[in-house]
Amino acid sequence: MRELKITPIKNGTVIDHIGAGLALDILRIVGVDSLDRDSTVSVALHVRSRRLGWKDIVKVENMELSQTKASAVALISPTATISIIRDYKVAEKRALSLPDVVKGVLKCPNPNCITNRGEPVESEFQVVERRPLALKCLYCERYVEDFLPHLAPK
Amino acid sequence: MGLRGRDVVSMRDLSKNDIESVLRAARKFIPVAEGKVRSNLLDGHLLALAFFEPSTRTRLSFETAMQRLGGRVVTIADPAVSSVSKGETLSDTVRMLSGYADAIVIRHPNEGAARLAAQVSDKPVINAGDGAGQHPTQTLLDLATMQERFGTLTGLRVVLMGDLRFGRTVHSLAYALTLFGATIVLTSPPSLKMPEHVRRELDSMGAHVIEEENLGRAIRTADVLYVTRIQKERFGDLAEYARVSSDYRLDPKLLEGVKDTFIVMHPLPRVAEIPKEVDSTPHAAYFRQAFLAVPVRMALLSQILTARGGA
Repeated sequence: MRELKITPIKNGTVIDHIGAGLALDILRIVGVDSLDRDSTVSVALHVRSRRLGWKDIVKVENMELSQTKASAVALISPTATISIIRDYKVAEKRALSLPDVVKGVLKCPNPNCITNRGEPVESEFQVVERRPLALKCLYCERYVEDFLPHLAPK
Repeated sequence: MGLRGRDVVSMRDLSKNDIESVLRAARKFIPVAEGKVRSNLLDGHLLALAFFEPSTRTRLSFETAMQRLGGRVVTIADPAVSSVSKGETLSDTVRMLSGYADAIVIRHPNEGAARLAAQVSDKPVINAGDGAGQHPTQTLLDLATMQERFGTLTGLRVVLMGDLRFGRTVHSLAYALTLFGATIVLTSPPSLKMPEHVRRELDSMGAHVIEEENLGRAIRTADVLYVTRIQKERFGDLAEYARVSSDYRLDPKLLEGVKDTFIVMHPLPRVAEIPKEVDSTPHAAYFRQAFLAVPVRMALLSQILTARGGA
């Protein structure tokens, strides 16, 4: 009954099968600081998983994760699954495949990139390598390997 | 597919065929660029030059290319006196220009500016340098210089020297040389080596890449030495900069052991990387390289603006 260490939620989002140790990075994407007090956030680190061996789980009440944020989750932990819960039931599953082009999720780390200069344009990165993950800005063509600090999902 | 109506933002926008076609056309335009033959190929065409940072050489060579072919230009040469200084976005400025002219040449201090311009413009956009980013017409004229001298690019042994880490024009050049099957020799200070991801891309294309720290050894069997400037601002420690910049300076004595046909190239302006004594040797190709900017840009403009493209 290990799963019951985190209680079921009535409405919200469950992010399961997160690679072990990555839950805290996932919380940054969720944007915990902008949530209301009545949105309980449960985090389980290092949970036994049949599929992964070990995994992390994040449950957030009263918030439905956007597709853009779901893409950001895929960047950090491609194994994660996302379920939107309404009235204790899984109402939707967010697809979590890493697309060829990642739009709007990352801020280009190059301060001189035109996407950081107040132009009406969304950042766009091409996935150039998947393991380990490497992205290339479609504007300035800068490579990003260490992209965690640049996550800026809306 | 020809170049008509297409954007040229990065060398990756051009296929090997496109590049060969531009180089072929450029050779035919040499007498026009020299003023020996008159042409009105681009009569009735209007080119907008949007220069958001100062650049004499690049701007003048585009203007010269257009005017020698009978075309006309409108220019934003000083953003301080244009609507940009009133806070207009680049996107709006480019949309406006694309309503006026048949094509836009853009130079901008921010990387990626030309890609953005190409997205918002209805007319073809040519990148004339975006910050430390791409500068495809520079690469085209570099290739034209080598091809004029050797008749081919295939099998050439080209030494790239200097700042191979931040100098993105060198990355484009290495990419283009690889398309043509040249061998690339890298000579740089350890702190300014070519980035891993660029190396990986070249390797995946089947490139022949060699590293050689000793410049004398690198050029002994080479056909071309391509020198880039090492910028002071890349070094936190000025003593380190002084040491590196003196190591990566072409000592004329080194030229004693090179092939007769060996050439030295440089995108200019040079500072101290190539001493003046080299200018009078048969190896100095950098002034020819600067001249070829005009016929190469003529070729590109005519292929983008007209159906036959000077072929």
